[in-house]
Amino acid sequence: MSLNSLTIAGARDALRKGDVTSVEITESCLAAIDAADALNAFCAKTPEIALAQAAAADARIKAGDAPAMCGIPLGIKDLFCTKGVASQAASRILEGFKPEYESTVTQNLWDAGAVMLGKLSMDEFAMGSSNETACYGPVVNPWKVDDRALTPGGSSGGSASAVAADLCLGATGTDTGGSIRQPAAFTGIVGIKPTYGRVSRWGVIAFASSLDQAGPMTKTVRDAAIMLGAMASVDPKDSTSADIPVPDFEAALTGDIRGKKIGIPREYRMDGMPAEIEKLWAEGTAMLRDAGAEIVDISLPHTKYALPAYYVIAPAEASSNLARYDGVRYGHRAKLGAGDGIVEMYEKTRAEGFGPEVQRRIMVGTYVLSAGFYDAYYNRARRVRALIKRDFDLAFEAGIDAILTPATPSSAFGLGEMQDADPVAMYLNDVFTVTVNLAGLPGISVPVGLDAKGLPLGLQLIGRPWAEGDLLNHAYVLEKAAGFASKPGRWW
Amino acid sequence: MLESPAPARYTLPKTTEIPMSIDIDTARKVAHLARIAVPEAELPKLAEQLSGILTFMEQLNEVDVEGVEPMTSVTPMRLKRRADAVTDGGYQDKILKNAPDAREGFFAVPKVVE
Repeated sequence: MSLNSLTIAGARDALRKGDVTSVEITESCLAAIDAADALNAFCAKTPEIALAQAAAADARIKAGDAPAMCGIPLGIKDLFCTKGVASQAASRILEGFKPEYESTVTQNLWDAGAVMLGKLSMDEFAMGSSNETACYGPVVNPWKVDDRALTPGGSSGGSASAVAADLCLGATGTDTGGSIRQPAAFTGIVGIKPTYGRVSRWGVIAFASSLDQAGPMTKTVRDAAIMLGAMASVDPKDSTSADIPVPDFEAALTGDIRGKKIGIPREYRMDGMPAEIEKLWAEGTAMLRDAGAEIVDISLPHTKYALPAYYVIAPAEASSNLARYDGVRYGHRAKLGAGDGIVEMYEKTRAEGFGPEVQRRIMVGTYVLSAGFYDAYYNRARRVRALIKRDFDLAFEAGIDAILTPATPSSAFGLGEMQDADPVAMYLNDVFTVTVNLAGLPGISVPVGLDAKGLPLGLQLIGRPWAEGDLLNHAYVLEKAAGFASKPGRWW
Repeated sequence: MLESPAPARYTLPKTTEIPMSIDIDTARKVAHLARIAVPEAELPKLAEQLSGILTFMEQLNEVDVEGVEPMTSVTPMRLKRRADAVTDGGYQDKILKNAPDAREGFFAVPKVVE
């Protein structure tokens, strides 16, 4: 086994025993990255930083001062600001932007001794479900079953592709409507979106501030527990960071869920749901039952309104957040013609800098917030959001410990296949994941099986707020029972 | 409260009724409010796409939201407060470092005042 295919837990143990060095693992990852340009997952490679950090980590391990993430090489989604390293949310409008500061999440990881291999591509400003809106061109899924190049999902598609192809041991992702969980499911890896407020948003380029949360994307549930522990913190720089101490998530992985109540929400059984998804869901339910959990049918009656509510709230917040890209303080500024004033500078800069999907969402957001429509759209959506959250509150009050649903409505589709589709058709990718962001809950995608074509499929577990440890333990049981061990065959 | 990104030159027609579709004039106004230049030839397609998205959102009208407070925060919590004191700053060079045009310690923009 080459060192780049290690898990985080495996590497940690080997590093502590002195069987390998971080420099060796890092060099193995850097070589794998250089051989995988066909996947287009990395948009910036930082080998000098990686090797310097790896050498420092080795010294720290030798001195006996080594947290779990010490010496672990990671990929970082392009949405995280990393000091002196290009951070542009896969957008032309942030061309050339090199932050003078480090995001809290990445700083936490570097403080724990982790190693940065480079930045990972994504959908522009995290808006998309196929990684086709990146200014760097689409990312390719390492899974392949015919001539077609498949999407890794999005928006954290570069992260998903890189982890699935063993280019790094883990990667950061962010999730506003499913952007960690959907790509994790499409690539056969694990991805968790923590409770809103668990992980600091400081220095993470904002999309929709009331929904955005960062989380780890990893090869196993144990790795997700380890990496989430290092990413999470109570951060005075983020006013929505909760004053709740970060527990030892890995210690929660007991493998025992006897007597736990698993809710199966009937509203997630959609019309026209592929038989394979239905079958996978039933199999996952049986696995948890066999592990001693009690299966309970539950109702989350406002589920069908989650997508329309999301597509009011997220663009509204985006239109406000993205107002800062005006060609004045950073990034791209359009070349101006004679007589062009400041308004022309704004309008030309934003037209050139933002791609079509981002422009569309900014305009939808502008419209729903504009005078006369604020109540009809934005406030109504926020009221519906309260009802969606109440559905979950009632289920948890009734004793439900975790909720099991499909992660995605299909396996990975071909790049370009949705090109001419209605924008709303692409939004349907988020149908199972978006409720979790609206309610602020933790959700995890676990690979459970392959479809008839041989592509990975995942199931989602949704947990109580602040109970990520318990949620990870459920996911750990599901992972062990499913025994998903498939890897994409190397073609790149 | 969230607001439109830039001071509005136009306001959209005041109405409590949600229109079923967005016409080309409204698309032009929204693009301007959002400070995004959209060529005249692309306005019909934009209007059509925005209408499609808004039609999708109209499902929200089926929900009875009487007496429901709009949700602002996931866990009932107050935003943190701190003393109103300077805690940061003093690095003008860093602030200006990424600017497309900075001169004499300031951001430079086209002439704003006639």
